[in-house]
Amino acid sequence: MAKVPVQFMLNGSEKAEFVESGTTLLNALRDKIGDTSPKGGCHQGTCGACSVIIDGELRLSCLTLAETCIGADIKTTAGLAEGGVLHPLQRAFLDAFATQCGFCTPGMIMAAKVLLDRTPNPSREDVVEALSGNICRCTGYEPIIQAVLLAARANSQNAA
Amino acid sequence: MAIRRGRGVAAINYPTGMNLGGDPTQALVHSTPTGNFMVTLSSVDLGQGMKQIMAQICAETIGVPTDRVVIDTADTDTGPHCMGTFASRGTHRAGNAVIQAAKEARQVMLEVAAEELEVNASDLETDGQGNIQVKGAPQKSISIFDVALSAHFKRGRSISGRGMFLIPRSYPEKETGAMKPSTCYAHACTVAEVEVDDETGEVTVLAVKNVFEIGRALNPKMVEQQLVGGSWMGISHALYETTEPYYPNRDHGGTDFNQYLMPGPGDLAKTEIIVLERPSADGPFGAKGPGEMCANPQIPAVANAVFDAVGVRVDTLPITPERILRALKAQAAG
Ligand code: FES
Ligand code: FES
Repeated sequence: MAKVPVQFMLNGSEKAEFVESGTTLLNALRDKIGDTSPKGGCHQGTCGACSVIIDGELRLSCLTLAETCIGADIKTTAGLAEGGVLHPLQRAFLDAFATQCGFCTPGMIMAAKVLLDRTPNPSREDVVEALSGNICRCTGYEPIIQAVLLAARANSQNAA
Repeated sequence: MAIRRGRGVAAINYPTGMNLGGDPTQALVHSTPTGNFMVTLSSVDLGQGMKQIMAQICAETIGVPTDRVVIDTADTDTGPHCMGTFASRGTHRAGNAVIQAAKEARQVMLEVAAEELEVNASDLETDGQGNIQVKGAPQKSISIFDVALSAHFKRGRSISGRGMFLIPRSYPEKETGAMKPSTCYAHACTVAEVEVDDETGEVTVLAVKNVFEIGRALNPKMVEQQLVGGSWMGISHALYETTEPYYPNRDHGGTDFNQYLMPGPGDLAKTEIIVLERPSADGPFGAKGPGEMCANPQIPAVANAVFDAVGVRVDTLPITPERILRALKAQAAG
């Protein structure tokens, strides 16, 4: 099949690749570029494990074609830590024991990041709503909800 | 037609491990030249916390801080044999094997330290901070770092140990058929409160209160994490999950997450967890296996709560609106 060039920003650095036309962003990120933080749970838009942020919006990378991302600004969980210091959301997921097998975690963190970027002091209902497209087998969700609320509190303390 | 409330209770015993011809797990422990300890296992961590717990068990036994222990579960082909992480057996079986291996390694470590300090090994103790000292005279001490260096480069010793834990195969007694298929039972009890809409058959679990007796909680936060997730999973099994909704007819099974349903973050019951610690006689530091049993008592508790609410016994899982409505219809028909 014909290959198409794609080029975009990934976590602040420029990436360029040839992919087969029709390749999903998820597969391009994982298999071509080597960012395995987005996970393929269902490849059909029902689990949220593949969530990434494209131009500030939460997107399912399994339903996004790589060739539609040309020139886009893409963020994944792998790009969150800065200089070895975990992002407040990552820290909060650890502190709240909100991850077990970890398969859902990068998607959960992406969904939570878009929420906190827009709503720095979310209510519990806001958090539930933001996570409702993401499935977790292990935690029972409550620890994840608590982690997001914890990260929001930590952020507002740092800002104060 | 009304929303009806009900409350149900259920208690369970749950075994640790199983016995299909003997239930073994083996472990190897050795020190690096700088006095860190490697534990080699084929018991795999799939998120339940195996690596953390084995590091704690090894560290406690050898007498070093937990961050001095590295767990290697890289390869089930080449590692020491383990039956596997299932049947809630990981902490119990692998933990006992790690204790045995770590004890042997500790003994060699003390022997090397004794040669360095020119004392008897039996007069030595660890301080838990990475040093070995003479009992009653802690000023006479040597770091485990130096002991490991000495073992490797001077004395030609391997600070290592072999661990083996086996529950032998149990055969049924000829006369009675009695046998011991498993060991070390954990216990749990759940009280579930539900609302049932007798027009739609829909069940809302308002609250679950769970008490778990799990031996000793070796890492209380991780135990809590398992129990909270397990309680959610139990409710999910009670009301939602199945691949074969009309079993034994296999038609209409869910094929994706749109059809195979589970409660999401908006459907959570108010969940309470109480842990009772009754250290088990044969568990590593008294632990039992809390892994699977924590998702069990919610199921009969929810079934009993549904009965309390609307007076029908649904004895096939999951307890779907369809099953409740059919049962209510049958009940009305007398
Ligand atoms: S892999 Fe994209 S939503 Fe499941
Ligand atoms: S931590 Fe395992 S799926 Fe969420």
